[in-house]
Amino acid sequence: MILGLFNYWVVIVLMMIGLYIVIAHGNLIKKIVGLTIFQTAVFIFYISIAKVEGASAPILVEGISQYSNPLPHVLILTAIVVGIATIALGLALAVRINEAYGSIEEESIQNQDNQEC
Amino acid sequence: MRDLFAVVMMLGIFGLLSASFFVAMDAVDVAFTEAAVGAGIATLLMLTAVTLTVRSEDSERHKPMWALVVVIITGGLLIYGTLDMPYFGSSQAPVHQHVAPRYINDSMQETGLPNIVTSVLASYRGFDTLGEVVVIFTAGMGVLALLRQGRRSGFDQIMADSIFYLMHERHLILRVVTKLLLPFILLFALYVQFHGDFGPGGGFQAGVIFAAAIILYAMVFGLQTARRVVNRTFVRLLAAVGVLLYGGVGVVSMLNGGNFLDYNFLAGDPVAGQHLGILLVELGVGFTVTSVMVIIFFNFSDRRNNP
Repeated sequence: MILGLFNYWVVIVLMMIGLYIVIAHGNLIKKIVGLTIFQTAVFIFYISIAKVEGASAPILVEGISQYSNPLPHVLILTAIVVGIATIALGLALAVRINEAYGSIEEESIQNQDNQEC
Repeated sequence: MRDLFAVVMMLGIFGLLSASFFVAMDAVDVAFTEAAVGAGIATLLMLTAVTLTVRSEDSERHKPMWALVVVIITGGLLIYGTLDMPYFGSSQAPVHQHVAPRYINDSMQETGLPNIVTSVLASYRGFDTLGEVVVIFTAGMGVLALLRQGRRSGFDQIMADSIFYLMHERHLILRVVTKLLLPFILLFALYVQFHGDFGPGGGFQAGVIFAAAIILYAMVFGLQTARRVVNRTFVRLLAAVGVLLYGGVGVVSMLNGGNFLDYNFLAGDPVAGQHLGILLVELGVGFTVTSVMVIIFFNFSDRRNNP
C-alpha cells in the first residue's frame, strides 16, 4: 500500500515550506513564522509515529486493550510549551533589534553594520 | 504575502488545524496544549511583536532560486529516507516495541493513574520534564532581561491610562461577555490541572489555559487594571516557586532514602507516594508555565505602551 507513507510526506512538505521561509525571507518575524511551521511539522511527525491503527487514546479504560504509544505524546506536549517560550524569546530579540536598527530586514541590518566598520 | 498581520492570522489557523489533527491521532493531551498555545498565545505574541516592529515586509528576497533548490534536494532526500519506514498506523513498528508496552501494561500498578501520558510525563520521565520546566523558566527570564528596561514617566502613565480608559469604555459587549466567561475559564483551568491524573490534562495545559484567561482579562480591561489584579513581583516569584517545588519534591524523595524524583519514597506505600509526587510536580509545572506566559505577555505589551 503506497499510501502508507502519505502522512510522512505531508510532514516533509510542511517542513520544507518552513525551511524555505527561513532561508528565503529576510524579515525576522517571517523567519520566526517559518521556524514555527517547521516545528509544528516535527510535532505532527512524532504524533503520526505514535498512532496505532484501531487503538485508542492512552488513558486506561476497562475493556480497551490497544492504546496509541504515549511516549511521543509526552515528548511533544512538553516541546510545544518549550517551543512557545523560545519563540517568545526570539520575538523579544526581534523587537530589540528593531529598536536598535529601526528595521527587522536582514539586509538593511547588515548594511548598517557594514557602514559602521 | 507582504502583510505580516495576515501571515500571523494564517499561522493561528494552522495551529488550530494541527490541534484537531492531534485529536484525530489520539493525542488528546497534545491537542489540548496545541489549541491553547498554537492558536491562542503564539498568535497573540506574534501580533504584539508585529505592532512593535513593522507591519509589512520588504519585497525583495535573497536568492529564492537557490533556496528552492536547497529545499527541494533536502525534501527529496527526506522522502527517500521515509521509504524504509514502517507504514503509518502499523502496530509492528519499532517505536511500539520497547518502552511503550511497559508504560501501557505496568503504569496502572506502579503509579495508580489511568492517564498514561501524565504518569510518563511526571514520574517515569520526571527528570526530563524538570529540564523542560527549567528551559521555560530561563526563556521567561530571557524575555524579562531583553524587554524590561525603559520605565515610563509619570505623565506618560496618566496619558496611557486615560487612553486605555477610553478604549475600554467602548467595548461594552466584549467586557460583559469576558466577565461572564472568566470564572468558567479559570475553573476549567483548575479542573484540567487537578484532573490531569485521570483524564486529559496536567500542569502544562492548565498553565497555558490559566495564562490565556489572564491575558484575555488584560486585553479587554486594559493592562493597568490587570496589573492591579496580577502583581508583577508575585508573578515573578511564582515562576521561581514552581521550579523550586518541582526540584524540592526531588530532594525530599532523596532525603527519604530514594533516588532524585523517586516518588515511591514520599509516602508510606509506593502508589500513594506516586500520587502525591505527581500532584505536586504538576502543580509546580502549572505555576511556572502560567507565570512565565503572563510575564512574557506583560513585558511585550508594556513595550508597546512606551516605545
